[in-house]
Amino acid sequence: MNTALASTAFASDSIGSATMLLSNYVFPNDLHVHWSMMIVLYPYITGLVDGAFIIAALYYLFGVKSLRPVARFSLLFALAFLCCATLPLLLHLGRPERNFNMLLTPNPSSAMAGFGYIYAVSMGVLGFIILLVYRPVLVELRSTSQGWLKVLYRVITLDSIDVSEKALELDAKIIRFLVAIGIPVAAVLHGYVGFIFGGVKANPTWSTPLMPVIFLFSACVSGISAVILAYIVIRKLADQPIDHGCIITMVKTLTGFFILAFSFEMLEVFSHSYLKSGYHHMVEGLLNGPLASSFWFWQVKIGSVLPLLVLGIMGIFKLRSYLYNFLAAGVSGILLVQVLIMRWNVVIGGQLMSKSARGYTEFHPLWFDKEGIIAVIIVMAIPFAILFVLGKIFPFWAPENK
Amino acid sequence: MKLKDPLPDMQKRSFLKKVLNGTIAGSLYLVYPMNSSGFEWPEQIPGVRDAYDIHARKFAFIVDITRCIGCGSCCVADKQEYNVPDGNYRTWVERYVKGFSDQIYVDCPNGGLDGYQTPRSDIKEEIRDTFFVPKLCNMCKEAPCVQVCPVGATFTTPDGFVLVDEKRCVGCAYCIQACPYSVRFMHPRTRVVEKCTWCYHRIRKGLLPACVDVCPTGARKFGSLQDETSEVYKILKGPGVLTVLRKEMGTWPALYYKGARMEVI
Repeated sequence: MNTALASTAFASDSIGSATMLLSNYVFPNDLHVHWSMMIVLYPYITGLVDGAFIIAALYYLFGVKSLRPVARFSLLFALAFLCCATLPLLLHLGRPERNFNMLLTPNPSSAMAGFGYIYAVSMGVLGFIILLVYRPVLVELRSTSQGWLKVLYRVITLDSIDVSEKALELDAKIIRFLVAIGIPVAAVLHGYVGFIFGGVKANPTWSTPLMPVIFLFSACVSGISAVILAYIVIRKLADQPIDHGCIITMVKTLTGFFILAFSFEMLEVFSHSYLKSGYHHMVEGLLNGPLASSFWFWQVKIGSVLPLLVLGIMGIFKLRSYLYNFLAAGVSGILLVQVLIMRWNVVIGGQLMSKSARGYTEFHPLWFDKEGIIAVIIVMAIPFAILFVLGKIFPFWAPENK
Repeated sequence: MKLKDPLPDMQKRSFLKKVLNGTIAGSLYLVYPMNSSGFEWPEQIPGVRDAYDIHARKFAFIVDITRCIGCGSCCVADKQEYNVPDGNYRTWVERYVKGFSDQIYVDCPNGGLDGYQTPRSDIKEEIRDTFFVPKLCNMCKEAPCVQVCPVGATFTTPDGFVLVDEKRCVGCAYCIQACPYSVRFMHPRTRVVEKCTWCYHRIRKGLLPACVDVCPTGARKFGSLQDETSEVYKILKGPGVLTVLRKEMGTWPALYYKGARMEVI
C-alpha cells in the first residue's frame, strides 16, 4: 500500500480554499484503479462503430449522395470494430468464463446487464444491412469465384441469385428500414456506455446526465474521423483517386459533431466549476492536478482547440483539394487521439479521485498484463485484421468508384 | 514409603507415566461421541438461536467514535477471520487530526492493522482535536452495489445484509465503482469482489461480528432491533445524535456513527 500517498499532507494553490478539506488521504481500497485501459478501449471501440455507422446512415437513410464512396466501407469498418467490442470487457472481467451470466441471469436494475442484448441487436442489424447492401455484388462474385469462396458467397447470399429490379427495390426498402432501426440502436449502444459511467453517483466526475450525450457525440467524432483517415490512407496506398466531394461532406459532418461534443465536454467542466456543488473541489483538483497535462493540454488545447481552428480554416477558406485532403487526414488523426485521451481522462481520471474526497491515487500502466499496453495494442490491431479479411470477401469500394 | 530424594531415573519414569496417561485420556476424550451442543459458545445475540425468521429480523451496527482508541484489534480480528489479502481491507480505522487552522489531516497506514502507537510527526501546527474512525460496510438499505451488479451476485438478504455470492460474481468491479464508501475490493486469488459482511455467518449462530467481539472499549456495537434490551436498540431509541456517512448519497445505511464530527467522510 502506498502509505506515503495516504498520509502526506497535501495543499495546492490551484484549488484555493478547497484545500481546507484536503489532506491527500486515499481510502485504503481506492489506491488501486479497478477499471483500467481495457475499460478505456471499450467505449472507444463502440464509439468508432457508432461514428462509422452514422456515415452509412447518412447515405442509406438520409440520401446524402456524396457519401456514396465510403458508405459501404463504413459499414464494414463498423462491423470489424463491433466484432471486437466485447474483447476488452472479457479481458477486464475477473471471471470471464462467467460472462454469459449477464445474458442468462441479468439483474434488471443494473445498467451493465443490458450490454449483451444491445450488443447482440447491434450486431444483428449491422450484419443484415451489410448482407443486403452487398447482395448484388455478392451474387456477381459468386458466379466468378471458385472453391470455398464460392460456397461462402452462396451461404451469405442465402443461395439467392435474384438481382432483378424488383428484388433490388425490396432490398433497398429493407435496408432503409434496418438503418432506421440501426440509428437508435447505435445511439443506445453508445449513449448507454456513457450511462454506465453517468449512473455512478459515488463518482462526482462521472455522475452527470451529460455523460451519455458527451459519449455519443464524441463517438460520432471518432468514428467519422476514423472513416475519413482510413478512406484517404487506403485509397492513397492503393493509388486510387479520392472523391473530394465525399471528403468535404464528411469533414462538414465531423465539424458539426465535434462542435457539439466539445461544447458538452466544456459545459460539464464549467458546470462543476460554477455550481461548486458537492465535491467540486475534488473535480477541480483532479483537472488541475493529476490530469492537468492530459486534460488541459492534450485533450483541450492540442486535441480540441487546434482541430477546431483547422476545421474552421477548412470551412471558411477555399483550399486546393490535395491540401484539403491532407488537412482532413491530419485533423482526423488528431481527433482520433483526442477521443482516446478523453476516454482515458473520464475512465482512469475519474478513478484517481478517492471517495474519501481528500486525495488522489496514481495509475501506472503495465506493459505485460491482461489489461496492459501490449494487450491494448493487440486488441486495437485485431479489428484491422478483421477489416483486411472482410475486404477480401466484401469489396470496400463500389465498382464505379474504381 | 515415600522416598525423600528419589533417584533421577525414577523421576523420569514417573514423568513418562504421566505423559502416557495424559495421552490416553486425551485420545479417549477426543473419540468419545460428544453432544454437538457440548462446546457451543454462549449466545452473544439473544434469541438468534431460536427460530430465525429471516423476514422479521433487523439488526443495526453502531460505531461510537468517542470510544475508539485506534488499537487496531478489530482490523486484526477481521483479517484473521477472513484471511484478508494484504493491501485490501474489509474494515479499517482512520486517524483524524484537526489543527487550529481547521485543516484536517487523515491517515490510515496499513488500514490501522498495526494500531496507532505513535502520534503523527509531520503536522507543524497546533493540534485542536484528534479521533479515530472505524470504517466497514454500511449495509445500505438502498445499496448502489446491489443496483448495479449485472448478474445479481450482490444481493440484500431479507434481514438486511448486503452480501456477495462469490460463485456468481463475474468480477466486473462495477459495484466497487458504485460503492460510495469504498468498502469493496477485488480478491487477488478468487478474482471476485469481496467486502465486509458484518460476519453474517457468526450472527446466524448467535455470535457477535468478530470486530465487535474483540473491541476492548465497546466502540463497535452490534445488536438486534427486536431485542429491547440490546445496547443498539437503546441507543437508537434514545435522544443521542447519530449520523450516517454520506447521507447525500441516499443509500440509507444501517451503520450509524455516534459522535462523528462533520469532517468525517
